[in-house]
Amino acid sequence: MNESASLFVNRLGLKLRQPQVILGLLLLVVLAGLVVVPFLQLVHDTAVWQEADRRMSRLAEPGDWTLFHYLRVFAGPLSVNIFYRPLIHSLATSLTIALTAMLLGGLMAWLVVRTDMPFKKTIAVFAVIPYVLPSYTLALAWLDFFKNERIGGAVGICSYLFGVSPPDWLAYGFVPIVITLSLHYYPFTYLLVSGALVSLDSNLEESGEVLGASRFRILRRITFPLMLPALISAFILTFSRAVGTFGTPYFLGAPVRYFTLSTTIYSSIVNRTPAVAYIGALVLILISMVIIYLNQKVIGEKSFVTIAGKGLLRRVTLLGRWRWPAFSLMAALIGIAVFVPLLLLLWQTLMLYPNDYSLGNLTLHYWIGKSQATLAEGESGILRNAQILGSAWNSICLSVIVALVTGMMGILIGYAVVRGRKTRLAAVLEQGSFLPYLIPSIAFGAIYLALFSKSIGPLPPLYGTFLLLVLVCVAKNLPFSARSGISSMMQVAGELEEAGMMAGATWLQRFRRIILPLTLAGSLSGFILAFISTMRELSLIILLITPETRTLTTMTFRYVEQGYSQFADAIILLIVLLVVGGEFLARRIGGKRETI
Amino acid sequence: MAMIEIEGITKRFGGVTAVDNLSLAVDAGEFLTLLGPSGCGKTTVLRMIAGLEVPDAGEIRIAGKTVFSAQRGLFVSPGKRGIGLVFQSYALWPHMSVRQNVAFGLEIRKVDPEEMKREVAEALAYMHLEGMEDRYPQQMSGGQQQRVALARMLVARPGVFLMDEPLSNLDAKLRIEMRAEIKRLHREAHATTVYVTHDQTEALTLSSRVAVMERGRLMQVAPPREIYRRPASLFVADFIGSPTINLIPGKIVRKSEGVFFDGEALSLPAPALAAHIGAEVTAAIRPEEIQIETGENEDAVSGEAYAVLPAGSETIVQIRREGRIFNVRVIGETSFDVGENLCMRFLPEAVSYFHRNGGDRIDTGRE
Ligand SMILES: Nc1ncnc2c1ncn2[C@@H]1O[C@H](COP(=O)(O)OP(=O)(O)OP(=O)(O)O)[C@@H](O)[C@H]1O
Ligand SMILES: [Mg+2]
Repeated sequence: MNESASLFVNRLGLKLRQPQVILGLLLLVVLAGLVVVPFLQLVHDTAVWQEADRRMSRLAEPGDWTLFHYLRVFAGPLSVNIFYRPLIHSLATSLTIALTAMLLGGLMAWLVVRTDMPFKKTIAVFAVIPYVLPSYTLALAWLDFFKNERIGGAVGICSYLFGVSPPDWLAYGFVPIVITLSLHYYPFTYLLVSGALVSLDSNLEESGEVLGASRFRILRRITFPLMLPALISAFILTFSRAVGTFGTPYFLGAPVRYFTLSTTIYSSIVNRTPAVAYIGALVLILISMVIIYLNQKVIGEKSFVTIAGKGLLRRVTLLGRWRWPAFSLMAALIGIAVFVPLLLLLWQTLMLYPNDYSLGNLTLHYWIGKSQATLAEGESGILRNAQILGSAWNSICLSVIVALVTGMMGILIGYAVVRGRKTRLAAVLEQGSFLPYLIPSIAFGAIYLALFSKSIGPLPPLYGTFLLLVLVCVAKNLPFSARSGISSMMQVAGELEEAGMMAGATWLQRFRRIILPLTLAGSLSGFILAFISTMRELSLIILLITPETRTLTTMTFRYVEQGYSQFADAIILLIVLLVVGGEFLARRIGGKRETI
Repeated sequence: MAMIEIEGITKRFGGVTAVDNLSLAVDAGEFLTLLGPSGCGKTTVLRMIAGLEVPDAGEIRIAGKTVFSAQRGLFVSPGKRGIGLVFQSYALWPHMSVRQNVAFGLEIRKVDPEEMKREVAEALAYMHLEGMEDRYPQQMSGGQQQRVALARMLVARPGVFLMDEPLSNLDAKLRIEMRAEIKRLHREAHATTVYVTHDQTEALTLSSRVAVMERGRLMQVAPPREIYRRPASLFVADFIGSPTINLIPGKIVRKSEGVFFDGEALSLPAPALAAHIGAEVTAAIRPEEIQIETGENEDAVSGEAYAVLPAGSETIVQIRREGRIFNVRVIGETSFDVGENLCMRFLPEAVSYFHRNGGDRIDTGRE
């Protein structure tokens, strides 16, 4: 070997020995395994004959390439039912939801940050709660209120109170889906826009005022354009979430056969036509990618508003006689989004016999009651029910493990990205960790089903294992934990680790004793977010759950299907308690850490 | 014996060559300072010695042991080089108390707890930090943090101290105090020290040798006095000294009276430069080597006081002559008025000459 070549090899060898390089490569492999491989498997499965296809076509040769599924979905006699109508429903609901949520959240943000509305602080505290609740909480509460005779079982309170049965369009389908999900998603806009408003220098507005522009004109010509990036971001974020959500469209849509892409994916899996589900998932992924690409294109770097403002002058718009009406509106909004549904759910769980709203009918049976043959087929109250407690345990384990694993991976990604700054590896890793964000939840479940329902080489199929749930939840939460890992790693000067190197500490020792303690507090939000979102996750795991790996959310789903709304509602409340408790606990622990 | 030997190391960051084929040997027990303008590569050299940066080419030996060789693909990790490093930012771990900061290295080396306790206490006492063991770095002043950083380095008893501008974050008074502290440390520990600074007073007062760098290369390595008195190049002459040295462009000519430097606003006899007749040169004269005389004088050079800048123990007088400003340092106070006519006297043997082209020193045989 000639001299310069050996020099080059030596140099490469030394480069590859750096911890951030080793770690970065490892993480890339993990990312590929968690996202890219399952995705490719899904694409593959849509284009080959499946075992189940033998029922549908005599040509089916499992494993051979075919366009059969694509033709069936896009250009077959069933296309309208299994694809086009659900697609239109998905787009229609998601667009309306995104628009409504954007308006509600934007209005609330402006009122809280920029006006003299009374009790602004209180509103600000409660504003984000709807997002912490499982997305289908409102859907279940809606059913408790508006359910009519259509789906059998007891009717909702509405019939009892007003003596009229709500029409189908009000009880099920488009209207309730849009209302409940808008109320669930508006906090996105609220957070993004209030962040932008806080950092917006009102000098810009004042200079408009000096020029003699009217209040309204300033709002329209200066404030609104400056808020546009945040609004568009919020719109897109909301849209891509809404299009991939499963619970609400299923609970509120299925009774009237109002199917969206996400619920079609589910029923295609249940009906053993996985390829149809996979194509649906591909379309969802495509929609989500296009829209996120457009977002980047239209507003580029500005899409993520940073809260930069410190001592900025913030001028308050005086609402005058609109102060109290504005407050009432916001209070009502929060009431309808949070308190009314939770109370409805609670009330429902306390009713011994459905549809009997008298005080004498109140009971704790569905919480703590012993099994009684005459009630709910002998199931005992949820706090005594081994199945539910088992699934609660599953949920807690899953959420804690996912929070820890994904949070840890976030810190590791942060390490590899920040320490490898300016290298291609770091850039690829940073962008790669964003990939799961492009894949809507239900589609994510679908690609995991595609890959892990079969054995891969020596690995047995992971379908039906707890591990698979951990994997999918970790992957889905990675974008957020990676981002919080990167930003907290930025706060840790490289010299702090180098001082550890000088002391002779190995990489592991440095990581455990220096990097980890210093990034943990900063990454806490990533941990909490992963915990919360896993605890209430339904769309992501609904396709992957088996009786042994049931979680609270899938138990709710089962009880709703069976018509036991008391149990379903009680479990939702349990989830809410666990989420709030988990967050509280994490903040306590985190708070202690920060005071060091 | 050379404690640190650096041979032909180069370091590139993307397109920037931060250190360019640099060779340097530091003797055991020596205090060597790397001095140079911002961005010249001082920190990079230090970090390569420490092992925090991997050179692209060259070889480094510490205490006779090769710790890096590009040829052989050899790289010894920082912790195994037997060196201690003080960072400019101190890099104290904010989540550890002073005691934990200092003990960390010993814990890593699994030192017996009793001994560790003793060593930590000793290092802290040595740096006058008794009673602060349980404080956290954020609760201490800059000077105290600096002491902790030094204690943390000392406790491992390294054979080599590396320090990167350790005093640059301190105010002027503390800086002088810590300067003395570092000098004491070096004397008592007898450790080979490589010290980075861009403060030349620091370099000149602390070091046994100074290495002046520019754009990734060494310009001159010599004891402080020599660096100051016999700068090897125009760059070094210009960089060292405050106020800056007086530089006068000119030419060596032969006149009837002998060989002369014939420069702008100034002509000086230069008998030692007979071999350089016709050369384009720059004459350099330190401000304290010009004497001021009042009134007219035959062979002195007259000018007009342009500014008088008293600074306590000395006064800088700027004298304008034919559009040029000369800096002159006078001990004590002066009673010159601005605009007053003054005469400057130059001692021919105190003047250095450099080739205008390339900036090399012209040997005048002066010691
Ligand atoms: N990690 C890095 N990536 C890219 N360029 C770098 C890096 N570190 C140093 N450089 C570049 O190398 C050159 C030398 O930097 P170095 O930090 O060694 O200078 P310095 O002499 O210590 O300067 P200062 O007195 O300002 O500390 C500079 O041009 C700097 O921009
Ligand atoms: Mg430096």
